Amino acid sequence: MAEPIKTDVLIIGAGPCGLFAVFELGLLDMKTHLVDILDKVGGQCSELYPEKPIYDIPALPIVTGQGLTDALMTQIKPFNPQFHLGEMIESLEKIGDPLFRVTTDQGKVFEAKVVVIAAGGGSFQPKRPPMPGIEAYEGTSVFYAVRKMEQFRDKNLLIVGGGDSALDWTLNLAPIARRVTLMHRRNEFRAAPDSVNKMRALVADGKMDLALGQVTALEGEGGQITAAIAKPDKGDPFKIECDTLLPFFGLTMKLGPVANWGLNLEGEVIPVNTESFETNVPGIFAIGDINTYPGKLKLILSGFHEAALMSQKASKYVNPDKRIIFQYTTSSSSLQKKLGVA
Amino acid sequence: MPKVTFIEFDDTVHTLDAEAGATMMETALQGGVTSIVAECGGACSCATCHVYVDDAWVSRLAPKSDEEEDQLDSAFDVRPNSRLSCQIKVTEELDGLVLRTPSYQGR
Repeated sequence: MAEPIKTDVLIIGAGPCGLFAVFELGLLDMKTHLVDILDKVGGQCSELYPEKPIYDIPALPIVTGQGLTDALMTQIKPFNPQFHLGEMIESLEKIGDPLFRVTTDQGKVFEAKVVVIAAGGGSFQPKRPPMPGIEAYEGTSVFYAVRKMEQFRDKNLLIVGGGDSALDWTLNLAPIARRVTLMHRRNEFRAAPDSVNKMRALVADGKMDLALGQVTALEGEGGQITAAIAKPDKGDPFKIECDTLLPFFGLTMKLGPVANWGLNLEGEVIPVNTESFETNVPGIFAIGDINTYPGKLKLILSGFHEAALMSQKASKYVNPDKRIIFQYTTSSSSLQKKLGVA
Repeated sequence: MPKVTFIEFDDTVHTLDAEAGATMMETALQGGVTSIVAECGGACSCATCHVYVDDAWVSRLAPKSDEEEDQLDSAFDVRPNSRLSCQIKVTEELDGLVLRTPSYQGR
């Protein structure tokens, strides 16, 4: 097992609430590591609406999702949070009182005195196309991500989609695969124009194929696909022989492994108390969209409030002998020192 | 107030009062149309409010923006009458509009 990374607090989710938790925890002298399944910080704000305005952040009459994320990153910089992006927490076990061992899908291990779940709507996971029986092929001949390109050497690939993921992997895998076919529902692509031009050049040179249509069914057996059946906009369905399918239809939110950590759940959310936003497991907190309590509103501003109260209780676990003196950043020289402005 | 009808994939029919200025997605959520998921809350970023517009109405709606057409790439079973309901604004002229939801959505 990898050498564990020891931290006061592990925050699961680097959206606005997870980021602001770094600030509130930091003011109370707690060090933080954050893990997020996305390859960037900001959660839904940067994944779903980076350019869209938000109007209900106190004192910011208008701010974009990306603007809010950038401002939070500036605000928490003095606390030097450590980010682990593109990783999903797979397992969490209690090994002390409280102390948790938390493992990511990349094999990274953390030991944290406190865990804060700030995972919003859950983890962003690839959309699964509604093709009958596709589950049986997943992980053997249907893949939603490329971890190791070598895995696809000499394969007969069918890549589906019209965005950057589909185009990037088409261009990267075309030289090593036996054959690549890119399928998209229309002859226009939202991916970066440069990638689209490169793809069209490969097609013109006969080095790959482009097919216009939508996959409706898969053929194969024993976890191994042999062909995909597709439907064009007009005309008859057609068949494409392939041994590997890579569908790229964007992301959707799923609760994911959180469901297996022994926490009480109400549907897709985690009930917490409203004094400290702690779950039924002492030392594990849930803030932001992923929690629920009487009167809960899924607002960023509510998550900020939850982060502040959570930090008070978290401090009792991380620094049990320390008495918290309530202070304002405006006037406290000790807080200002932590912020690097004293 | 215009009335619009959502017919879900399992033939559940919802005829709803739609408030002018709201979107069809918002109207659906208010009216309990559970196959409209609207994961992103109306930002045209997720394609989980996908609907099929009744043929008689396709040409009577304001046309799709490029952004909506691009986002439809992450929906499934996209047809010529596919729209994202968060991008259709309710107007008095849409009284009687019929929208159907795809079978994969919300399950």
